[in-house]
Amino acid sequence: MNEPFLQVRDLKVHFPVRTGGLFVGQYTPLKAVDGVSFDLNPGETLGVVGESGCGKSTLGRAVLQLIGATDGVVSWLGTDLTSLNKKELIAARENLQIVFQDPLASLDPRMTAGDIIAEPLRNYRPTLTKAGRRKMVEDMMERVGLLPRMINRYPHEFSGGQCQRIGIARAMILRPKLVICDEPVSALDVSIQAQVVNLLMDLQRDFGLALLFISHDLAIVRHISHRVLVLYLGKVMELADKAALYATPRHPYTQALLSAVPIPDPTKERNKDRILLTGDLPSPINPPSGCVFRTRCPRATSVCAETVPELESAGEGQEVACHHWQD
Amino acid sequence: MSDAPIRDSRPGANLSVPNAAALDKAADVEGRSLWQDAFRRLQANRAAMISAIVLIVMAFVCFVGPVLVPWSYEEIDWDILEATPPNFDTGHYLGTDSLGRDLLARILQGGQVSFLVGILATSVALVIGVTVGATAGFMGGRVDQVLMRFVDVMYAVPLMFFIIILMVVFGRNFYLMFLAIGFVEWLTMSRIVRGQTLTLKNKEFIEAARASGGSTASIIARHIIPNVLGVVIVYVTLTIPQVILLESFLSFLGLGVQPPMTSWGALIAEGAQEMEITPRTLILPAVCLSTTLFCFNFLGDGLRDALDPKDR
Ligand SMILES: Nc1ncnc2c1ncn2[C@@H]1O[C@H](COP(=O)(O)OP(=O)(O)OP(=O)(O)O)[C@@H](O)[C@H]1O
Ligand code: SF4
Ligand SMILES: [Mg+2]
Repeated sequence: MNEPFLQVRDLKVHFPVRTGGLFVGQYTPLKAVDGVSFDLNPGETLGVVGESGCGKSTLGRAVLQLIGATDGVVSWLGTDLTSLNKKELIAARENLQIVFQDPLASLDPRMTAGDIIAEPLRNYRPTLTKAGRRKMVEDMMERVGLLPRMINRYPHEFSGGQCQRIGIARAMILRPKLVICDEPVSALDVSIQAQVVNLLMDLQRDFGLALLFISHDLAIVRHISHRVLVLYLGKVMELADKAALYATPRHPYTQALLSAVPIPDPTKERNKDRILLTGDLPSPINPPSGCVFRTRCPRATSVCAETVPELESAGEGQEVACHHWQD
Repeated sequence: MSDAPIRDSRPGANLSVPNAAALDKAADVEGRSLWQDAFRRLQANRAAMISAIVLIVMAFVCFVGPVLVPWSYEEIDWDILEATPPNFDTGHYLGTDSLGRDLLARILQGGQVSFLVGILATSVALVIGVTVGATAGFMGGRVDQVLMRFVDVMYAVPLMFFIIILMVVFGRNFYLMFLAIGFVEWLTMSRIVRGQTLTLKNKEFIEAARASGGSTASIIARHIIPNVLGVVIVYVTLTIPQVILLESFLSFLGLGVQPPMTSWGALIAEGAQEMEITPRTLILPAVCLSTTLFCFNFLGDGLRDALDPKDR
């Protein structure tokens, strides 16, 4: 398997934000994603975790080029998506799909479930007959756990979990190779979350697709991912195999995140070291110099304010961006 | 932390098909669209439904009624030549005006003009407003800036003045009036449509449509327009009475339709001159005009309530 599948190199997405100027606006770049690199292999799930506002959704959208990248390369099967024109991009998207966070908002309220699920087919399989399309939609509905006879219903007549199944069916109907899941379950009930996550895992196994699974819930990410990428203020803090990350988190931020996850064992839970993050997330318009995490890092030293830590290997399948991970 | 904290270990629990089935055992096969929902709500609104029926009846009578009236709107009854009360023997069911023309025929013809102006001028406003608003909203950036600044400038021009000058310069032309009124009324329409398009553009389902391989044109046709339509319909029903009123005002000033053609506004103007002698010539067209305006406003309000997405 030498062919590169998805390679993201030094991806940057900066939004110009108006910070002043009365008539001629003054714009400062908001670095939502700032130099992210990772690889994704076929059939693999990469979890992306981080606090709200750290750029997870922006990263996912930039990979699909739903948001233009400011800089960097998103290489899909050897082609750089950032260099494609509109038409080529539409053609490339056949294999790239996305499932959104808000199940109801991602469905057009004026379309039936059947029409919503069939939309990719109408765009990419224009020769398909109406009956053939309907058959495919019904099969896919059944596959994701929706009754095919609900095909003519409208999104507002479904529950949140069912809406998310419609969204998943729409993303899966073309049998894509990569699906980006942008917090697909965080708007759902806990009991429904498990069902939807398991549905995604089943589909992944059956269709052999790769997932970029964005979430702020470390327990779910642990359940579904093979590797995990920890994001903070648009930068990669740690990128590691799941087992390594959860067993030996190297980055102070990862350690803090993990220590906040409750352990289902009362004795252990009481005795564990809890690393509390103080302060708020700094503004991405004006990030701290050096290491972006230093304003909240318990181990920060003067070098952290001066030099940006590069990602370095911290053992088999584990990379960390911290000056003091060995301390 | 267990390794699989969220997998439900009961057999079948992860299959979830039975759950969905159980949830919706009682469900209909046919869904109800937002349009159908809105129509149902509208039907439940007594005032709006009555208004709609009254409007349909009035429009029907105005356009078909003249066939049954023995006199035409421009015919002068040389035997009378003055305002007379209703008289069934001469066929003047509502009497005559000060020139001896049949009042009923004139009211019906005036109604035709008022309805036509309302609908045609609103259509002009609709086409310009939706095009400009949707373009500005969807393209954004410089295009948006230029178009909306232009609208701002137009708002600042005293538009009544603009129409009056147009009428004076080009003469009183029936079609010019539609255009002139339409040109005035599109401004608000374009702002409303732009606002709606802007909010829609950032909705996740538009992004989802792009991810599903939709081109800009197909997204506008399949997603933007159907979703803007509700608001546009409401605004159209509220614009029609405004336009009718504007035309009446122009006619009242003597700038409306050319005699002997008439409109409700023109009839009211004529009637006002003789309201002490024959109040009938003022009251009858005034009642028709106010009823129409009332009904359009009630219908518009009803539609707004029915289509309000917050209710769903
Ligand atoms: N279109 C935009 N214009 C300007 N700033 C934006 C835009 N989209 C996102 N941002 C900013 O970029 C940063 C990252 O946003 P993003 O939505 O990617 O965060 P997130 O990690 O997905 O958060 P959440 O967990 O809340 O979904 C935020 O500070 C946000 O304010
Ligand atoms: S580089 Fe310094 S501030 Fe950044 S995480 Fe490491 S110790 Fe903390
Ligand atoms: Mg997000």
